[in-house]
Amino acid sequence: MELRELTSLVGVSGNEDEVRRAIMRELEAMGVSYETDTMGNIIARKGDKGPRLMVDAHMDEVGLIIVHIEKSGFLRFYPIGVPAAVLPSKRVLVGKDKVPGVIGAKAIHLQERRERDSVIPVDQLTIDIGAKSKEEAERKVKVGDYAVFDTEYEELSPGIIKAKALDDRVGCALLLELLKEPWENVQVYAVFSTQEELGIRGAKVASYRVNPDMGIALEGTVCADIPGTDPEGYATQIGKGAVLSVMDRGTITHKGMLNQLVKLATENQIPFQYREATSGGNDAMAIHQARAGCPVAAISVPCRYIHSPFSVMSMADFEAARKLLIAFVKSVEGGFRP
Amino acid sequence: MKTLLTKLTEAYGPSGSEGPVRELIRKEVEPYVDEIRVDALGNLICLKKGTGGKKVLLDAHMDEIGLMVTHIDKDGFLRYGTIGGVNPFISLGQRVYFENGTFGVIGSERVDDPKDLKTEKLFVDIGAKNKEEASAKVKVGDSAAFFQPAVCLGSRFVAKALDDRAACAVLIETLKRVGETAHDIYAVFATQEEVGLRGARVAAFGIEPDVGIAIDVTRTGDTPKSITMDVSLGAGAAIKVKDSSLICTPALRDYMVKMAQEKGIRYQMEVLEAGGTDSGAIQMTKAGIPAGVISIPCRYIHSPCEMVDLDDVEECVKLTVALCQSPLEF
Repeated sequence: MELRELTSLVGVSGNEDEVRRAIMRELEAMGVSYETDTMGNIIARKGDKGPRLMVDAHMDEVGLIIVHIEKSGFLRFYPIGVPAAVLPSKRVLVGKDKVPGVIGAKAIHLQERRERDSVIPVDQLTIDIGAKSKEEAERKVKVGDYAVFDTEYEELSPGIIKAKALDDRVGCALLLELLKEPWENVQVYAVFSTQEELGIRGAKVASYRVNPDMGIALEGTVCADIPGTDPEGYATQIGKGAVLSVMDRGTITHKGMLNQLVKLATENQIPFQYREATSGGNDAMAIHQARAGCPVAAISVPCRYIHSPFSVMSMADFEAARKLLIAFVKSVEGGFRP
Repeated sequence: MKTLLTKLTEAYGPSGSEGPVRELIRKEVEPYVDEIRVDALGNLICLKKGTGGKKVLLDAHMDEIGLMVTHIDKDGFLRYGTIGGVNPFISLGQRVYFENGTFGVIGSERVDDPKDLKTEKLFVDIGAKNKEEASAKVKVGDSAAFFQPAVCLGSRFVAKALDDRAACAVLIETLKRVGETAHDIYAVFATQEEVGLRGARVAAFGIEPDVGIAIDVTRTGDTPKSITMDVSLGAGAAIKVKDSSLICTPALRDYMVKMAQEKGIRYQMEVLEAGGTDSGAIQMTKAGIPAGVISIPCRYIHSPCEMVDLDDVEECVKLTVALCQSPLEF
């Protein structure tokens, strides 16, 4: 499935249904068997001998959830993974029917100086869907509905794309690409997980079920190669290749897996870079700690501006991550020792 | 004990790189246990078989705090992220070393207000003149430990990594002294405690013990104008009541007190307001495991100059041995 399609699907944490249905259709078309669990994870399986390798990408994206409808028809919301600073003046789509709305803020003329200089707190922001009253608003939306950013997929320049939800539909796309390939010596459990952005919740139960011998998380990861940041703060750079994590707040990458990935990248001339940051975390932390534990690694694609209405990504980096992932899976023979 | 402590604390082993410590401990305990295995996360699990008693998990973590290189700049300076709780004030001016023997010193960007001294302002200087020279010695993802040789100050012992190698020493010594027991003793030398009790969590799942006891260092309240805490160096083994990772199973805690009293082992009660131990993870395993902690009082924790009292270490060994030899009915 193309990134254009995957990123246009709506799937804020806990509401991944649209993404899940699209991926299940794709798996069926590919002839890959799968099951779903109570948390809404898709667990697909390919390969019937060798160690169990769990490869995970999360389906959910950051967004908003409606918590209250004002008498005046404005919608109050709670953000899921989005900082207040990026919210004002954005277009959103609310609920299953994708009701268009905008997050408004007082015009500059009416703001006091201190308001202009500071971030507007979330509790002072509302979504305006053009309703004149609570009753009118309730005909279109209800409390508990989710809202996503209304962002179109675009190619900004050849090979550089802009889209919402690249964290982590880019991982979902990589995982679907992997499932097109054949391999012999490993049982791959491809997990499309839920609720990563709320605390790695889907992957936690999925990895308990899978009981893997090793795990790989696929991510759209932080990238701050922008003016105003010194190189030591970039974390990753667009166009420099697939990203390999060394440590984050949930895992220390297994040295054997990391060495194997570096070796494969070098041998196959696949561009790669290290994730030069130790903050953040991903589903690998749940896989790592499932049951009696297993070694893990993460392969990511740099995505500028994640956890905002849009991210920017290089298709060349995606291609590098795709090749490296496939090379790794095909190279697996037995497990990795500590 | 001093020799063992010196060997253990001077070994290299930041979280995730416990290999050298693991091999050192393996050699020490091999003659005293029946089975040794290393699990997926690198925990060294040593079984000393009993004669039909309980499954007892004794835990001491092998890892120490440290740094991990995140970036090498064009002039050869290394930026890093911290492994576990590393204080920037304590780091500045320290020497560090890598597993391959490369040494470095920690320097800082210009900082006008000491409050601005954050990890992001610090770097490691390994004496390289440029990126190429630095990259020949270290790469992104390599870990470093603080460098500080151990010294003995009378009955006090000062070294890096006493958290938690002092407990590794207690556990090794326990295996040497305990002799035949009813219980199956699973001595777990755990990995990655400093980054979130990760080794112990999976080890406990794999073992599924009837009782879990972690041995770890704890803070003291006996230095000038320190925090208020009723634990002192030299006052004996500390029996933990709680920390931020667990409330020790009360019946087990009381049993530990009773055992200390019966055997004439000097002990003190410990309530630690911040900080956690592997028992926090062990207690929550599967449907829950009774868990307790024997703590070794330690000053200046998470610095390259941690200090314990050798008499306390001895009392901790005695208490651990006594527990292993007791029926553990509580």
